[in-house]
Amino acid sequence: MRVHIPTALRSYTGRQSEVEANGTTLGAVLDDLDRQFPGLRFRIIDEQDNVRTHIKLFVNGEQVRDLGIGIAAGEVAIVMALSGGVATSR
Amino acid sequence: MAQTQPTVVLIATRKGAFFLHEKEQRTSWQLSEPLFLGHMVHHMVQDPRDPSRLLLAARTGHLGPTVFRSKDFGRQWFEARKPPAFPKAADGESGRVVDHVFWLTPGHADEPGVWYAGTSPQGLFRSEDHGESWESVAGFDTHPLKAAWVGNTQDGTPDGPKLHSVLVDPRDARHLYLGMSSGGVHESLDRGATWRPLIGGLQVVEPMDATNIAFHDPHCVRLCPTHPDRLYQQNHCGIYRLDRPGETWVRIGNNMPREEGDAGFPMVVHPRDADTCFVFPMDGTDVWPRTSPGGKPAVYRTRDAGASWTRLDRGLPQAQAWMTVKRQAMAADSRDPLGLYFGTTNGELWNSRDEGDTWQCAWRNLQHVYAVETAVTPS
Repeated sequence: MRVHIPTALRSYTGRQSEVEANGTTLGAVLDDLDRQFPGLRFRIIDEQDNVRTHIKLFVNGEQVRDLGIGIAAGEVAIVMALSGGVATSR
Repeated sequence: MAQTQPTVVLIATRKGAFFLHEKEQRTSWQLSEPLFLGHMVHHMVQDPRDPSRLLLAARTGHLGPTVFRSKDFGRQWFEARKPPAFPKAADGESGRVVDHVFWLTPGHADEPGVWYAGTSPQGLFRSEDHGESWESVAGFDTHPLKAAWVGNTQDGTPDGPKLHSVLVDPRDARHLYLGMSSGGVHESLDRGATWRPLIGGLQVVEPMDATNIAFHDPHCVRLCPTHPDRLYQQNHCGIYRLDRPGETWVRIGNNMPREEGDAGFPMVVHPRDADTCFVFPMDGTDVWPRTSPGGKPAVYRTRDAGASWTRLDRGLPQAQAWMTVKRQAMAADSRDPLGLYFGTTNGELWNSRDEGDTWQCAWRNLQHVYAVETAVTPS
């Protein structure tokens, strides 16, 4: 499975923009990514196994948020949503 | 004992972190290249038990929260293997998610490698391996009254509810305090296994009920290193002092000039004098602008434990300066005379090298400053 890595996560992949990961579900692919590139998964998937607010995951061009979705072949894209700016005050 | 080495100011901003190195006896400064440029860095702290070690809390607008560690004073950084994260909820239940790691506190001198982290929303985490892995402090996070203490999300600050001001008694590693915005001040005598509120004497926004802990909003709580039974607090509703074993905070902000008020975010204690501390007042009237009252920024200092306050504004702009200084964005070194530092949300870093009597702008054109700490270069 080919996985497209956004610029913000390439510090984990040795600057590679595309990497290979194995798994029969999206969650399994992300687990394999994390085995290869420790720490990457938690930056995009929270501790309740939800995709973080400003992250989008696409499987073969279709946006998905269910990590249990089966993947037979193709490619996964991790995308930084355009809504990613965070307003702050405290 | 007073610090003899040059001061390094650790500046955490919305767009990265910086080292500001002292030159020429704190009269000029040299800024490092940015660390983690583009990352929202909420706190960067030196380990006083091993000064070559630093911890840094970061996230980005897209990416989740994490902690980075350095063993060589910032030359190389490594991400925590297990960053602070709440326990996974049982199937069918919704669990909490750490939005950002807000506060970092080194553990007791006798516990090398121990750190505490406070998060948004309110969570307390502990590391025993220099920040490599973090575990929820179950005695706090699963406390049966925690939900009542922290209220709902609307009770939090505009940038999310926070756990902050994790304090370790230098005489006893088991004795901890923490503050929550909102959620009050709490104390543990058993290294976090059990907790109880410490809110006697604190006021809340009228007409709310001061016995409801969820309405309490301590902005910054500090413990005096030379007199650990004394705490100071800048609260949403005033400035307070507590002398243990007392249980009732005294509103020493009532001794501030009435036109200045006693609202603010940060509070700094003198490392060698428990009667001396510093605040940076903000406008807490009307819609709470949270800017310097009247556009005239000043630090206020007490040398008598809050019985009286002195306005310190020499060198600061005298008008039309609408500064905001956040709760973590003011710090002292331990030189003699004491150096003080504050960072503003418009990216300025100001310093005093005479205990607040006079001020200089050490650096401009940074980013929104989240936190300021001091450090010394490891020998």
